[in-house]
Amino acid sequence: MDKTLSWLGISVALLPLLGALLAGLGGKILGRLWTHRVLNTLVGIAFFISLYLLKVMVWDNHAPIDYVFYTWGTAGLFHFDVAILLDRLSTVMLSTVLFISFMVHIYTIGYMADDPGYQRFFSYVSLFTFAMLILVLADNFFLMFFGWEGVGLVSYLLIGFWFKREPANFGSLKAFLVNRVGDMGFLLAIAAVLMYFGTLNYHAVFDQIPNVVNRTMEVVISYPVPVISVICFLLFIGAMGKSAQIPLHVWLPESMEGPTPISALIHAATMVTAGIYMVARMSPLFEQSSAALSFILMLGGTTAFFMGLLAVVQYDIKRVIAYSTISQLGYMAVALGASAYDGAIFHLITHAFFKALLFLAAGSVIIALHHEQDMRKMGGLARYLPVTYLTFVIGTLALCAIPPFSGFYSKDAIIEAVHLSTVPGAAYAYYCVLAGAFVTPLYMFRALFMTFHMDDHTDPHLRGKIKESPWVVLLPLVALAIPSVLSGEVLIGPMLAHHPSVLGNSVFVLPAHNVLQQWATTFRGANVMALSAGETLPFWFAIAGIFSAWFFVVGYPKVTESLKQRFSWIYSVLVNKYGFDAFNQKVIVRGTQEAGEVFYQVSDEKLIDGVMVNGTGHLVRWAAKITRRLQTGYLYHYALAMVIGVVVLLAWYVGGF
Amino acid sequence: MVSLNEYLMLAAVLFGIGMAGIILNRKNLIVLLMSIELILLAVNTNFIAFSYFLGNAIGQVFVFFILTVAAAEAAIGLAILVVFYRKRGTIEVQNLDTLKG
Repeated sequence: MDKTLSWLGISVALLPLLGALLAGLGGKILGRLWTHRVLNTLVGIAFFISLYLLKVMVWDNHAPIDYVFYTWGTAGLFHFDVAILLDRLSTVMLSTVLFISFMVHIYTIGYMADDPGYQRFFSYVSLFTFAMLILVLADNFFLMFFGWEGVGLVSYLLIGFWFKREPANFGSLKAFLVNRVGDMGFLLAIAAVLMYFGTLNYHAVFDQIPNVVNRTMEVVISYPVPVISVICFLLFIGAMGKSAQIPLHVWLPESMEGPTPISALIHAATMVTAGIYMVARMSPLFEQSSAALSFILMLGGTTAFFMGLLAVVQYDIKRVIAYSTISQLGYMAVALGASAYDGAIFHLITHAFFKALLFLAAGSVIIALHHEQDMRKMGGLARYLPVTYLTFVIGTLALCAIPPFSGFYSKDAIIEAVHLSTVPGAAYAYYCVLAGAFVTPLYMFRALFMTFHMDDHTDPHLRGKIKESPWVVLLPLVALAIPSVLSGEVLIGPMLAHHPSVLGNSVFVLPAHNVLQQWATTFRGANVMALSAGETLPFWFAIAGIFSAWFFVVGYPKVTESLKQRFSWIYSVLVNKYGFDAFNQKVIVRGTQEAGEVFYQVSDEKLIDGVMVNGTGHLVRWAAKITRRLQTGYLYHYALAMVIGVVVLLAWYVGGF
Repeated sequence: MVSLNEYLMLAAVLFGIGMAGIILNRKNLIVLLMSIELILLAVNTNFIAFSYFLGNAIGQVFVFFILTVAAAEAAIGLAILVVFYRKRGTIEVQNLDTLKG
């Protein structure tokens, strides 16, 4: 039974890989029609298998399965297995990823309809799905790292999908390089785990925690720090890169140069949540390091609030949603820091639904306007695009945590969990997420008003020709809108309050940190929670945010203008994104270039070219110039040399000198 | 009775004269050939002397061979010399520096 389930589990990952290979290698033979038919079928089958696995693991309460398919490599005592871990956490992630992926596969048929790289795009999306599923299914750090790098690679390929566009190339390279910084942390963490635990298998590592918990290492000479804290910090650096936490968030807005289905799948719903998933997966480690938890909490809070603020001044509809994604990832990080791992995964799921919905709806707008993304050139689209409008509103309400939409439950649970948390820095994070609850509706409703309401600023050529997108685009919108409304209401009890929860014991929380259990004692059902939203602070913050958005954008734009003038320095700080990009460009990129220039001139031109390559030649020529004098060409000189040679040799052998 | 030492000394002197002739001679190529012959003769003298005093005839057999080779060599050397003279119009050793680097 376990074996069958394991094979089902790995087939979930292999079906999209098969699709990627078919579309990537045989795309020309398959043609457009069969490419999307075959790939959508494969991903659809994988999705239904994942639902079955979810049922087995969560409903039937099957014990976790750790199954080794084969050993990839052996080095001394270490062996790297291709092995999967099926438990509650991985199957929950599996179904979420595959649901979004399936929807995006369908949506792509409409969105990329007239793109010349149709098959290539499908191949990449399926390949991404494969890598992400391997990341989720892995039962050891090594295989997870394989998936981790795989999704990074495909993300790079997809951001630069339109490789003829300069910003797309820039964005893809930036995403790749910034992710390398995080991956370096992850890799060091894996090395540290291997060194101190002697294994890379999750459960083997977790079982050994009691032996390692008191060990220290000297990162700086004569300043010992706990090993587990070091590992947790390094792991979180990896998570920071993938999940776009400050200061490694800079790539995510840039990634919006990719096609919109990708922004929905990779840069909102799945890949960027890999960091969150990883921390939740490593919860037994993180629980042992309150320093790391505290760091995650504060960094997440900072990201949640300050990155949300940036969305307020953006005019590109996709970038507004991108900054919103960073901010929401901050919320998830805050939940992790507060040890509310179930809350983080819960928000991850609801966020996947409504953020994918928002991106796909934005994509629908972009198709209707023939690839126009600037919100200043939109407006009044509600009457042309009724279905898109409706789904966008649902996504917005869910994101803004308005009850009873899904985002309300997950976000409210996180805010309450942080409020209850006693980890150092929890108070700061609490105010950040609370302020974030005000900022989120501000930018989302600003985008909503600018796009769908207000005066029509669209291109005059397009006016009157704007029409609703085809059904392949609308179907995923509707299919995502339904869970965006309902998933919170349905899942909050099973995820957070019931015992055992959906994630059960696949995440581990120390009793001292267990804020969710504390929170669950006050939980009286989803409906009560929604109805009593009026008694909670975040709800009124959200309402205030919506009102402010209306006030500043629709009601009194002149006030906004004068505020912009009065506080132009704040505005310019926000427009310049706190200077992160400028800093990176000036210090890191320029610094690297200058260092490269120095190395080029000193070590390459002078040392290697000058001394080593040409120097060898010069030395030979100089030596030859001297020794050439010996070659007089006179026979008697050679004869003399020979005689001297013979005499010397004789003296040596006979005389024994 | 002449002793082995005296033969060897004679051979050494002959060898030294031949060697000196090769090294010091700057003028005539023929002198060079003669010096080489001298060196060969010195070696032959050694062979014969050892052969006689050790009572072994093989040394004398070698001498016949060497004399034959020396004659052939002298013939070839002179032939080269003639050709060389036709080509360069001189047989001065000092002018023979084609091998100069």
